Amino acid sequence: MAVMKKKGDKGTPAISTASLPDVIFMILFFFMVSTTMREQELLVKFTLPTATEVQKLEKKSLVSYIQIGQPSTKELVAKFGTAPRIQLNDAYKTTQDILEFVASERDKLNEADRSSMTVCIKADASTRMGIITDVKQELRRANALKVSYAAAKTLGYE
Amino acid sequence: MINKRKIQEINAGSMADIAFLLLIFFLVATTMNVDTGIQRVLPPMPDENQEQAPMDIKRRNIMLVFVSKFDNIMAGGEAIDITQLKEKAKEFILNPTNDENLPEKEVTNIDLIGNYPVSKGVISLQNDRGTSYNLYIMVQNELTRAFNEVRDELATQKFGKKFMELAEEQREAVQKAVPLKISEAEPRNIEGGN
Repeated sequence: MAVMKKKGDKGTPAISTASLPDVIFMILFFFMVSTTMREQELLVKFTLPTATEVQKLEKKSLVSYIQIGQPSTKELVAKFGTAPRIQLNDAYKTTQDILEFVASERDKLNEADRSSMTVCIKADASTRMGIITDVKQELRRANALKVSYAAAKTLGYE
Repeated sequence: MINKRKIQEINAGSMADIAFLLLIFFLVATTMNVDTGIQRVLPPMPDENQEQAPMDIKRRNIMLVFVSKFDNIMAGGEAIDITQLKEKAKEFILNPTNDENLPEKEVTNIDLIGNYPVSKGVISLQNDRGTSYNLYIMVQNELTRAFNEVRDELATQKFGKKFMELAEEQREAVQKAVPLKISEAEPRNIEGGN
């Protein structure tokens, strides 16, 4: 004990860090509640168009995503060019694959939820409508009729 | 060195580090953004074996909105600007002067609202394969805005609230009175309007 006394003769006591874990846990819980798991890596880049009349996509588990845009990195551009591409799950796909994609996404859902499945089309603002029309036609063929054109909310134009 | 310690407390010094690790994991592995978008219901694919029934919609009940590949907008037979589109669509939906060339209305009895002249008009949106997606979304947005404003006006008039603030049944009634009729027609690949 005498040895301890000699060591501990500092002038000011250290700030207590006993409540630090509690603070960090609070931040942790905040992030756990307010965020959702990142689903997939993006292979295409897009800047979404803006709109004023957007609605929130309510149940994320019922939403499947179709991304359309240019390949995102330089290596991918070198490999695939700059033409807009369709990304489903984690790979580039063509419009023919949408039928299968919708079927597999629908299989993941409960029987009761299948009718409210929504497909969210995330396309770059500078894309031409040709590719999007093709996607829409495939979705109609796959009987996935609820779509949402992803757009960022603005308060008004100009 | 005789040590007569009582039961030692568990060292909680590393708790902060563990919590930090978890925090950083969640920061990296999750996203916060909420997806927003313009929601639409596509028309079902017509049966290939079945003969296409001729459209029995009168000319006055259709407003054709065509977006060309040079991003020009034509609505109801005239070239217009994106800023004019909303007013034009609203005029088409409401037909306030009971114009002969604007859509017919059918007085329907709707719960909570009573008799209301429901417009038979359909806005048909067509685009070229070369139309830019940005403009397409802007046009969709303007059309949605027209419908939302008409609904808001009706909701304020009947219930004294905005459409989005209404109760479920009231909202359904307003939806019945002002149905969102935007038809995204079969794609065409044409040079100009016709």
